[in-house]
Amino acid sequence: MTMVLNHPGIADADHNADALKRQGSRERRVLASLTLPGAILIFLVLILPIGWLFWLSFFGPSGEPTLENYTRMLKPIYVRTFISTFEVAGLVTLVCVLLGYPVAYLLSQLSERTAGLLMIFVVLPFWTSVLVRTYAWLVLLQRTGLVNTWLIDAGVISTPLPLVHNMLGTVIGMVHVMLPFLILPLYASMRAIDSVYMRAAANCGATPSQAFRQVFLPMSLPGLAAGVALVFVLCLGFFVTPALLGGGRVAMWAMQIANNISVYGNWGAASALGVVLLVVTGIILYVFKRLFRVDSFEGVR
Amino acid sequence: MHKSVKRGLITATAWAVLSTTAMAADTLTLAGLGGKVQEDLTATLFKPSAEKIGAELRTESHDGIAAVRVQVQSGAPGWDVAHLGAEDCAIGAAEGLFEPIDYSVVNGDGIPEGVRAKDWIATNTYSVVLAWRTDKYGDNPPKDWKDFWDVEKFPGRRALSVYPQEMMEIALLGDGVERDKVYPLDTKRSLAALEKIKPSVSVWWTSGAQSAQLLKDGEVDMEAIWGSRIAGVIADGAPVKFTYQDGVIGFGCVAILKGSKNVAAAQKLVANIVSPEIQARIPTMMGYYGPSNKKAFEAKQFSADVLTQSNASPENAAKQVTMQPTWWSENIQDVQEDFKNLIVQ
Repeated sequence: MTMVLNHPGIADADHNADALKRQGSRERRVLASLTLPGAILIFLVLILPIGWLFWLSFFGPSGEPTLENYTRMLKPIYVRTFISTFEVAGLVTLVCVLLGYPVAYLLSQLSERTAGLLMIFVVLPFWTSVLVRTYAWLVLLQRTGLVNTWLIDAGVISTPLPLVHNMLGTVIGMVHVMLPFLILPLYASMRAIDSVYMRAAANCGATPSQAFRQVFLPMSLPGLAAGVALVFVLCLGFFVTPALLGGGRVAMWAMQIANNISVYGNWGAASALGVVLLVVTGIILYVFKRLFRVDSFEGVR
Repeated sequence: MHKSVKRGLITATAWAVLSTTAMAADTLTLAGLGGKVQEDLTATLFKPSAEKIGAELRTESHDGIAAVRVQVQSGAPGWDVAHLGAEDCAIGAAEGLFEPIDYSVVNGDGIPEGVRAKDWIATNTYSVVLAWRTDKYGDNPPKDWKDFWDVEKFPGRRALSVYPQEMMEIALLGDGVERDKVYPLDTKRSLAALEKIKPSVSVWWTSGAQSAQLLKDGEVDMEAIWGSRIAGVIADGAPVKFTYQDGVIGFGCVAILKGSKNVAAAQKLVANIVSPEIQARIPTMMGYYGPSNKKAFEAKQFSADVLTQSNASPENAAKQVTMQPTWWSENIQDVQEDFKNLIVQ
C-alpha cells in the first residue's frame, strides 16, 4: 500500500489536481471581478441611496433622532391611503392578467410577422404621455362623455353611469397604462414554449383544454409572474392617473410621499413612507413567490 | 497669411472684450412655476423690471418650494429669485431659505401687511371664485358659498379642490361666517361644513386644467375654481358664469434665495416688480389676475371693463376674503391631512 501511495504517477496526479483546483479558483476570481463594475454601480446608485433613505427616516425635521416618522403613519389618513394603494394595485394587476393573458396567448400562436404587427397596438400607448391618456379617459368616461352619450342614445341606460371620478375610472385608466408591462414578458415566455410539447400532450391523449391547463399554462407561469410583479410594483407608485380619474377620492401612497417632500419639506417623514412601502412590497413579492413556487416552474422538470 | 492671423487676433480680442462687457451687466435668474402663467408674468412684470435696472433676465421653472429648498441647500443656488405661491413663500421664510427683503430699496407701501413679509413680498393676486353652468341655473344662479352649501335650493353636482387652501375659507363662508371673521380659521367648523357638502361634491379636482374641463363639459354644475381658469372656459363659449362675491384672494410672491450672488441686483428687480407702475400692467395684460400693490389702481386709469374683470380692483376686492399665507404655512400639514382624510373617507 505504501508503495502504491509513493508511486510517482499518483504524486503527479495529486499535483495536477491541485493545479487544476488553483486554476479553477483563479478563474472564478477573475470571473467574479468582471461583475465588479456592475456590483459597484448597483451599490452606488441603489443600495447606498436606499440605505441613506432608511437612515433619514429615523430623524425629525430638525435632525433629532426619533421614531415619530413611523408612529405618524398610524393616523387614519395614512392607514387608509396605505390600504387603498394596495387595493388599487391588486385590482389593476388582476384586471391586467385577465385581459393580458388571452392577448399574449393569441400573439404567441400567430406567425412572427402577424404577431409583430399586432404588437404595435400593444405598445402604442407607450408613445403617448400618461397625462394625455388620462385626460382622454376623462373625455370618454365622464357623465357627458362619449360612452355615456352613446349608451343613452342607444336607449341602454337613462341616467349616466358613474364611470369616472371613482375607483372604477382609476382602474380603467391604470389598466390602460399597465397592460403592455404584463403582455410583453408574458408573450416572450409563451414564444419560448416549443409547440412540440402541446403535440406530445395531444399524442398522449390530452384534450386541447387539458393540454393547455397541464402543459402550456404551467410553462407560461414564469413569464406571468414576471409581468404580475412588474405591474403590481409599478402600480404602487402611481400618481397622476389616480389623482385625476379618482376624482380626488382615491388616495395613493405616492401622493402622501410627494406631499411630505413638496409641502412640508420633511425628508425624514417622506423617507419613512418610502421605507414602509418598500418593506411591505418586498414581503408581498416574497410571499407571492413562495405561494406560487414560481422558481419550480422554470424550465421543464 | 500674416494678415489673416492678425485679423483673427483682432476679432478674438473684440469678442473677448464684448463678452466681458456682457458679463459685467447683471444676469439675474428667476424661477417660477412655469407654464402660461409664468410666460404672462414674465412679459408683464419680470422682463420690464429687469429692463429698468439694465439687467439681463433668465427665467427657469420649478415645481414648488421643494425645488427651491434643494437649490438653497446646495449652497450655490442657480436661481436668484423665486416666484411662488404665497403660502410657499411663508413656509420657505420660516425655514430660513431666503435673504431678507431690503425695504430701503423695495417700497412696499401699497401692499397689504400680511403679504409684505421680512423675507418675501407679494407680486400678484388671483381669486378662487364660485362659477356655475347657466344652462342649469338660468336666471336664479347661486350668489355665494351659502347658496353653494344649500343643496335643497340649488340641487346639482359640485366640485371643490383636493388642496385645502381656499377650500377651508370657502367652507366657513358657506357655513355663514362673516368675511372679516374667517381668520384665524376655525378648522373644526370648516371641516364639519365640508362633511355636510361632501355627498354633493362629485369631483375633488387636482389641477387647474381639470377644474376648467369639469365645468366646460358640464360634468359638474357649480364649482370653486381659479378666476384665471374660468376665463378660458367662458372664452370657449361654454354657458358658464362666475361671481367675485365671497371669492378668496390669494397671492403670488417673490423671494431672493439665500446664497444668491446677485442679492443687490435682485433687490432692485423686486423693487420694480412691486412698484405701482409695473404692477399697473397686470389688469390689462393678465385678465382676471390683479396687482398686489393697491397703488397700481392710482398709478393708471383703467376702463370700466378692465376694472370689472380684475379680481383686485377696489370694488371686486371689497367682496372677497384675503388669504393669510402665514396662517397656512403654520397649519398646512395638519389641515392637509385632516382635509384629505375627509375626502377619501
